[in-house]
Amino acid sequence: MSLYFTKEHEWIRVEGDTATVGISDHAQEQLGDIVFVEVPDAGRRVAKGQEAAVVESVKAASDVYSPVSGEVVEGNEAIADDPALVNSDPEGQGWFFKLKLDNPGELDGLMDESAYREWVKTL
Amino acid sequence: MSREVHNGPTDETQARGTRYSGDPQGGTGAAPQLDKLPLDGWHRAHGGRMVPFAGYEMPVQYEGIIAEHLWTRENAGLFDVSHMGQLFIHGRGADAALERLMPGDFRSAADMKPKYSLLLEEDGGIVDDLMATRRGEDFYVVVNGATKHGDIEYMRRRLPEDVVIDHMKEQALLALQGPRAAEVIETIIPSVSELSFMQAAPFNWQGHNLWISRSGYTGEDGFEISVPASAAAALADAITAHELAKPIGLGARDSLRLEAGLPLYGHDLDTRTTPVMAGLTFAINKRRRAEGGFPGSMRILAELENGPVEKRIGFEIDGRQPVREGALVLDGEGSEVGKVTSGGFSPSLQRPIAMGYVAAHLSEPGTALKLEQRGKLFDARVVRMPFVPHRYYRKGASA
Repeated sequence: MSLYFTKEHEWIRVEGDTATVGISDHAQEQLGDIVFVEVPDAGRRVAKGQEAAVVESVKAASDVYSPVSGEVVEGNEAIADDPALVNSDPEGQGWFFKLKLDNPGELDGLMDESAYREWVKTL
Repeated sequence: MSREVHNGPTDETQARGTRYSGDPQGGTGAAPQLDKLPLDGWHRAHGGRMVPFAGYEMPVQYEGIIAEHLWTRENAGLFDVSHMGQLFIHGRGADAALERLMPGDFRSAADMKPKYSLLLEEDGGIVDDLMATRRGEDFYVVVNGATKHGDIEYMRRRLPEDVVIDHMKEQALLALQGPRAAEVIETIIPSVSELSFMQAAPFNWQGHNLWISRSGYTGEDGFEISVPASAAAALADAITAHELAKPIGLGARDSLRLEAGLPLYGHDLDTRTTPVMAGLTFAINKRRRAEGGFPGSMRILAELENGPVEKRIGFEIDGRQPVREGALVLDGEGSEVGKVTSGGFSPSLQRPIAMGYVAAHLSEPGTALKLEQRGKLFDARVVRMPFVPHRYYRKGASA
């Protein structure tokens, strides 16, 4: 299993050819109280950089872009029902969607966890 | 992840209808010079997250907007509203002079009773909304922060020479709001809780002169306290030392006023709206309606007589997704019939609420409409405001 992060504050946990995507603790902290989440349905194809989910806090609405291409295997209904889960456990139970990777090569160049945490400190 | 739209009055540019840049720091482009509030250091020491608003760095939240919102509805929240313009307008005939700028009844305004009024353009459009309190021959006026410099210019240009405006820049303004506000303030400044709602008086605290009115912008009981800037931090400390009082940021100030159905200038009110469109006709009394003589009176009196073309209304929205400022209002045929001017998630009701303007024939409560935001349609119904009942303090009324 490997964990990657993007400069758009998404994380990608890869197990075999399946990637789980969510937003980082820093992202939920910046958004504040999250009140609405829309996740993609299973079967939907998303391209790298395409919007795949919506997250809204009291203050702001954001699109979550898919950091990799693939077919959605599952959207996390738990966060659609209880959006505050993204605040309380962003990098665990607050995941957004799982997809089957088209091209694992798209992961090249993403930050690993320690690089991301160091980079966030500079923001 | 990208931040697309921004909600609420947390960035000065929003007051002019420009899109939020997506960067809470205000972006890299020509950042405006921001002033510091007298309580700037106090906010930072209390964990306030500072954002640009109305030309100042202001706290948008401390522990979180929803927690702060609910705290204010249950206990007492302390808001720093020192960005607002505090003006002292004096000189012979100040009351009659103010009546030439605004539709309020200033000549028979009772002493120490704050009155809501509006500065108007010649065509009846709203320049700003404000509170004015008679103090003898003079008036203490509080205007919005983002508009204060324009308001002062507007008034100086139109007031007679012997009516003078002092901008009280050395005063901070704190608001303590919530059902326990009276209990909190009583422990610090005894006898303040004897004020009834919409009544004001001078007080003294540790040698500092305060001007306190029982009023606010949350729909709750509460107080607005004008305090010398040099004593503001000490007073904020004294208030928040009480276990029922916590500092509250701009984010909750916006969600509280939205639930209370109170309009925000630059969003729900602007020069394209009139007091009648905005449903603020309570600010024009019988005498002023009969006599006119305020800017835009021809149009405003005609709208009072025949009804306005559009009206400000509230929306209840199906689902959980917030519908925000700028969303379009559509009728059954899909034609644009209005616009959302404020919207968001209501922490008290746990669902999205919004206010906006629609064509008058569609403004009846219960009317079903659609809202369109980023290509998505939402089912909505017109509802009466406030969304959350006001709980103002009335003397002699049982709680």
